Amino acid sequence: MKKEEVPVLETKNLGISFGGLKAVNDVNMQIYPGELIGLIGPNGAGKTTIFNLITGIYKPTEGSYFLCGKRMNGLSTHQVVAEGIARTFQNIRLFKKMSVLDNVRVAFNKNMKTTLAGSILRTPFFWKEEEETTKKAMELLRLFHLEGFANENAENLPYGKQRLLEIARALATDMKILLLDEPAAGMNPVETAELKDSIRMLREEFKIPILLIEHDMSLVMSICERIYVLNFGEILASGTPEEIASNKDVIEAYLGKEDELEGGETSAEG
Amino acid sequence: MAKFIQSLINGLNLGSVYALTALGYTMVYGIIRMINFAHGDFIMVGGFTLFYTIPVMRAMGLPLWFSVFAAIAVCVVVGVLTEQIAYKPVRGQGSTTALITALGMSLILENGALVVFGSAPRNVSPMFDLPTLKFGPVSTPGTTILTLVIGIVVMILLMVFIKNTKLGAAMRAVPEDKIASTLVGVNVNHIITATFAIGSGLAAVASMMYTTSYVSIKNEMGITLGLKAFVAAVLGGIGSIPGAMLGGLMLGIIEIMVKVYMLPGAYEAVTYLILIIVLLVKPSGLMGKNISEKV
Amino acid sequence: MPAKMKKNYLICIIGVVIGYLLLSLVFDTGILGTRSAYFNGLAVIGMFYTIVVCSLNLLTGYMGEFSLGHAGFMSIGAYASAIVTTLIGQKVELSGIVIYLIAILVGGIAAGIIGFLVGIPALRLSGDYLCIVTVAVAEIVRVVLSNVGIPAITGAATFGKSFSGIAKVSDYHYVYITMVVCIFIMYCYIRSRYGRALIAIREDRIAAESSGINVTRTKVLTFTISAFFAGVGGAVYAHYITTLVPTYFNFSKSSEFLAIVILGGSGSMTGSIVASPILAALPQMISYVVPAFASYRMLIYAVILVIVMIFKPSGLFGTREFSLPKLLERISGSRKKADAR
Repeated sequence: MKKEEVPVLETKNLGISFGGLKAVNDVNMQIYPGELIGLIGPNGAGKTTIFNLITGIYKPTEGSYFLCGKRMNGLSTHQVVAEGIARTFQNIRLFKKMSVLDNVRVAFNKNMKTTLAGSILRTPFFWKEEEETTKKAMELLRLFHLEGFANENAENLPYGKQRLLEIARALATDMKILLLDEPAAGMNPVETAELKDSIRMLREEFKIPILLIEHDMSLVMSICERIYVLNFGEILASGTPEEIASNKDVIEAYLGKEDELEGGETSAEG
Repeated sequence: MAKFIQSLINGLNLGSVYALTALGYTMVYGIIRMINFAHGDFIMVGGFTLFYTIPVMRAMGLPLWFSVFAAIAVCVVVGVLTEQIAYKPVRGQGSTTALITALGMSLILENGALVVFGSAPRNVSPMFDLPTLKFGPVSTPGTTILTLVIGIVVMILLMVFIKNTKLGAAMRAVPEDKIASTLVGVNVNHIITATFAIGSGLAAVASMMYTTSYVSIKNEMGITLGLKAFVAAVLGGIGSIPGAMLGGLMLGIIEIMVKVYMLPGAYEAVTYLILIIVLLVKPSGLMGKNISEKV
Repeated sequence: MPAKMKKNYLICIIGVVIGYLLLSLVFDTGILGTRSAYFNGLAVIGMFYTIVVCSLNLLTGYMGEFSLGHAGFMSIGAYASAIVTTLIGQKVELSGIVIYLIAILVGGIAAGIIGFLVGIPALRLSGDYLCIVTVAVAEIVRVVLSNVGIPAITGAATFGKSFSGIAKVSDYHYVYITMVVCIFIMYCYIRSRYGRALIAIREDRIAAESSGINVTRTKVLTFTISAFFAGVGGAVYAHYITTLVPTYFNFSKSSEFLAIVILGGSGSMTGSIVASPILAALPQMISYVVPAFASYRMLIYAVILVIVMIFKPSGLFGTREFSLPKLLERISGSRKKADAR
């Protein structure tokens, strides 16, 4: 860990209560440049809630979070995205009736300059910017081998490709950190392998840190550098995959009582 | 003071009309998340039924208020037919389709009445022959008090029904969770039909109250009444039965008070202004529950 | 501009000019004889309906929200423009085209401002709630117009609810051009980054926000634009009909506009453009020939609406658009194929 650097994303005592119930409590995480961090935990542990807090969908009731040292509390979702946090969703949220290309082009919107008048008068700048945006969007699609589907409606894509398109869309926002919410959920082994390649490619191409929520342990263990384990809304453990795999608390959280410990390691790994 | 009490009685009377109508809106919305625009027109249907059946009752030598039963029967039939013919096929097609279908049914009833009854207003002959009541300086038509009592009794009966019967329990359960209700053996389709039947019946009672106080009926009367009742339902919290009653009574009193003490012409604007304020400040209404989207 | 686009735009311009010439042929040559004025009026009605319905489609089809109060925005445009042109008319003598231009600008801007003011708070709501707020706004506007002595503002001798003596400047030549320009602007809006953002919001609000779109701003902007064009439609109407009564702009009128959007196809400008003149003018034409039809008009209309909802809820065109260049391409394409054989 490179402690002297400013973390790209940092949460300090982050928490939220829904009507007295603490869904997330006292979460401290640091993600440094270029890191690929896993966030795991049993169902209902509050993983997605953390994403929703970081992206401004929920407002934290305690603590705060920082992007490259800048305090982000209170920003609305689109402002958070403008600052540079992009995400995908657990239950794919694509613009179903829009083309694959437009799904990505939409995300370029925040950096486009054409004014309303320019759009209506169809100025040369409008055409130039549209063309550039299309080109950039196609490049992104190509990275995920989606260029052949550019004019299909997003809803017609196979499931695995929809997940990839969501990642491509997130990348179009020109972010500093990417949050992936269970990208492998519902994927078959082939698609998961494809996803793994894509994530590797992402790191090489974009050099951005990634925070990954995932249930597929073999995926998390094989690609993440560090892992945070969440249980009942609190950080239970953090460390390298090896450390996590042998952590007693973690095994217990996943499997319950001590007497069931026998099968623990296999489950934590796969 | 006398003027105030009189206005209060008038307000409660008008409010009961709104409340009875609002109940229909709120129960239907609670179950199928649809603004049943045609609901206001059920009152118009009830009004015309009264208009035509009162002379029949007179000719047959029966008490005139028997025609209320005819109105209830006709309204229930129209309500259930509307649900079966138009709403059932579009269920599950999304809220857009439901909204437009409801709007279409409202237009059908309104313009069907135009074709059948013409556009001229009609006066419904009085059903009850009661003297004017005097309480000190306050004097009020006996019929107003009677219909007010009937309206309130009907609402209490409805509350008792919803609280204490199996059908009532099912009607409370379905809006909470449709799938779970099916799992415990509730036939959702039957419940929806029953809801429409009860809502339409209430609209018939509302039409009795309305015609007793305001006499004149017209094919277009349903729209305004319906919109106002809907405002009442939203005010009380859409989906909430006590909310609809409270919202209706409040709206009736507010309208009469504005009419009497403030600007006679502007009472409608005040109604809608209240609606906008309620929706902006507390969209769930006075007694409704908050619903938020899951991410 | 890409070369292909240039060609497409040229084809569309030619199409629009042909439409204009056809219209002129029918009305300016007087081949309809004494009925000319009547059909002339129908054409104007069909065209201002098209403007209003397209503006509503912007909300319904592309933003995915309903307005059942568009007649209200239309009435603001109608009254605002009529007051201004009447007041100006008392001071100076202006040519018809100038009065007309002033009217549509004033009408659009007045309605746009109200749309903006309503939209800022109201667009936090969505679905049925927003729909009902638009109803409420339109009703408030109607009640206010009924109670404020609008004619008195202009110092007219006639008091009461109707506002008459408005300059009759909505000539169908002007109205046709207005309609084409309005549709073109709305089309350009949809086919730009703004429109893309708008459709994204319709598809998934949360995903749109998470893609960096300022949802509130996009919605308010669209609502304002929609109200603006409804106001333009109102101004055209006012300066065609010359006498305004608040009851014209009631809930039924708003429902009628919404019904036309849905029947034509919510999310298809083509649908609105085809459906508006037909549904606005055809019933009037039928009642002109068969007077008894008048009272059946809305009934038939409503029955069709419900039937369409049950069997084809996406309306006539769904979200498809008709494209003249594409049609020509297809025709010439099939001819090329035939030649190759």
